Amino acid sequence: MEAFVMKSIEQWLEKNTFHHSDFWDILALIREKERKGLKISLCIPTLNEEKTIGKELVIFKSELMDRYPLIDELAVIDSGSTDKTREVAAAFGADVYLSSEILEPYGFKRGKGENLWKAIYQLEGDIICYVDADIKNIHPRFCYGLVAPLIYRDEMQYVKAFYDRPLAFSQGIRPSGGGRVTEILVRPLFSLFFPELSAIIQPLSGEYAVRREVLEAIAFPIGYGVETSHILDVYHHWGLDAFGQTDLDQRIHRNQTTLDLGKMSFGILQSFLKRLESFGMVDRLPEMSNLYRQFQAQENRYEQVVKEIIEEERPPMLEIPEYRKKYGVDS
Amino acid sequence: MIKKSELKTILEHLLKNRDELHKLREIVLANAVMIGEIPAPSFSEAGRARFLLDRFTEGGLQNISCDEAGNPTAVLPGSNGKENILISAHVDTEFEAGVDHTMHVSTDRINGFGIADNSLGVAVMASLPTILERLGIRLKHNLVLLGAVKSLGKGDLEGLRFFINHTPLTFKSALCLEGVHLGRLSYSCLGMMRGEISCTVENVASGDASIAIMTLTKIISRMMSIPLPQSPKTSIILGSISGGKTYGKPATKARLKFEIRSEQTGMIGDILRTIQAIVDEMDSEELVHVSVKVISRNKTGGIDFTHPLVETARTIMKELGIKARMAPSVGDLSAIIAKGIPALTLGLTSGSKKEDDFEYVDIDPLFTGIAQVLAVICAIDGGICDEID
Repeated sequence: MEAFVMKSIEQWLEKNTFHHSDFWDILALIREKERKGLKISLCIPTLNEEKTIGKELVIFKSELMDRYPLIDELAVIDSGSTDKTREVAAAFGADVYLSSEILEPYGFKRGKGENLWKAIYQLEGDIICYVDADIKNIHPRFCYGLVAPLIYRDEMQYVKAFYDRPLAFSQGIRPSGGGRVTEILVRPLFSLFFPELSAIIQPLSGEYAVRREVLEAIAFPIGYGVETSHILDVYHHWGLDAFGQTDLDQRIHRNQTTLDLGKMSFGILQSFLKRLESFGMVDRLPEMSNLYRQFQAQENRYEQVVKEIIEEERPPMLEIPEYRKKYGVDS
Repeated sequence: MIKKSELKTILEHLLKNRDELHKLREIVLANAVMIGEIPAPSFSEAGRARFLLDRFTEGGLQNISCDEAGNPTAVLPGSNGKENILISAHVDTEFEAGVDHTMHVSTDRINGFGIADNSLGVAVMASLPTILERLGIRLKHNLVLLGAVKSLGKGDLEGLRFFINHTPLTFKSALCLEGVHLGRLSYSCLGMMRGEISCTVENVASGDASIAIMTLTKIISRMMSIPLPQSPKTSIILGSISGGKTYGKPATKARLKFEIRSEQTGMIGDILRTIQAIVDEMDSEELVHVSVKVISRNKTGGIDFTHPLVETARTIMKELGIKARMAPSVGDLSAIIAKGIPALTLGLTSGSKKEDDFEYVDIDPLFTGIAQVLAVICAIDGGICDEID
């Protein structure tokens, strides 16, 4: 089993992991998109993002609509910002929607997942690319690097971003570029229950491109668990080969406090356990793996570093006869 | 006398296409943001140069290259290509690579270090081929685009001087683009000299504390007493002073960076000789060594206020509702003028570039600024700005 997982991950890393520079020829990408008759929507979910949304829209509209017509629809779906997010977004040519006004009979729930879900109804693309609004170093690669594998590879369904390529360090390896919640919670969970998924270097990144056929078939947690549950559902229905991941180099964004990360972890854990339940895994857990997987890069190749972590246990001291004798427990 | 009817045709075409120009807003702003976020302190402009070369390639320009000085250049060929018009913008900024170069875009402004001086100027230059194409403007003459490196401070216009002195091309006219301020119209150069005075003290004992700084203070006091004529305008600017390391340790070194500007030929040499005499006097004192070093020097020069290029630019600005503010330049213009090429520096929009303050440029006036540049280019191309023998 372990050998199978090892081989499967190696093959997937080789075939389905990209670097944004693989897709520098945007004109060729546009030709392929047009040949296949695909329509692409870029969706930016927002809540009080007036400081960064203007720049994102200027860059995407200029580079991927005006200069190179890769995107057909540039939309902001807002959760009810109290700052000037919607005004700024409209000024720079985005289609701006208030989440609460989409599919009104179904009500409005406050959370990023709500906006992502309603985007499927509101936007018309065959591929929807989601990009968070808080990226300080925004660049067109945040979109074309994610949609390109879907345009070129028909079997691919869901392409995730990852950042800060993992590097080999003199003292072991550097954490594989995932954030704190990924490394402390999500990757250990994946390693235990879904070892193949540990190969997704940043499962929680907010940037990903997905085919409509997949988006319309999966459920959307409204809060922190949306990315984790997506990965589990897509894996459950379509398998590891449906995923791709693209190295987008550096991403600069605001840092979250440890308290916020605690809330995020709690939401993710809820979604994860719900998925275990719906997959019928709660009362028949798979044999838990002792192998923990991390990843490192060699040039442009990515490889797994597997460590065996066996959590052995000692019994309560009361069960040790020598102990009982020494302390006269039986007398 | 300029040919007013031809100028009127140019302005009418631009005004008719004002909406089309506004549709190119994101193209220009995206260039400003992307260029602004690439650090480019003088002598380290390779990242911006690379970006410009890519933009020139995407724009289908010709002769795209980086010269020996590191200047990215390209040619937008004209329909007859008999003569050349130079458009230059200096690509270096005053900010080190470690400074946060993030640009912020709001509905009315772009904020960020270096945006006014001169990321926006570079962005407009980089956008010109696209703008001309979308507005259906086909020039007769070649438009040569130049991102000038090593312009500021110790760079002393090195990139622009290299290009001007080594290019086989001759230029009908030239424009230098600066981010701010809209209305700026420079057609002449002040004579300018930049220098550094260094004080070094040897064998400092505690009783000799602070000789370096005290000596520099005396020199400054004497420099401020040098009589300067009000007209022609002449000034000594004390730009930067540095010395010592910490609170309780006597400074063994101190340095003053200064600039002398004058509209009068020969005045700068006279002032420099006076400063040299002060420095020599201080240098003769015990323990202290004082020297003055000339970092860069430009001669007074330029075209006349009545030159057709200036007159045309003033007319265009008036027609577009821009209040022209004539001011001599000490920047890129001087290197071009020194070669006898009729040239102007034009500002593109309102904004701020105060030292140590967050720079910004206003978005709305930028389109009037670009219209002004386009009109001047078209006027040069149409021969309206030629001097009549």
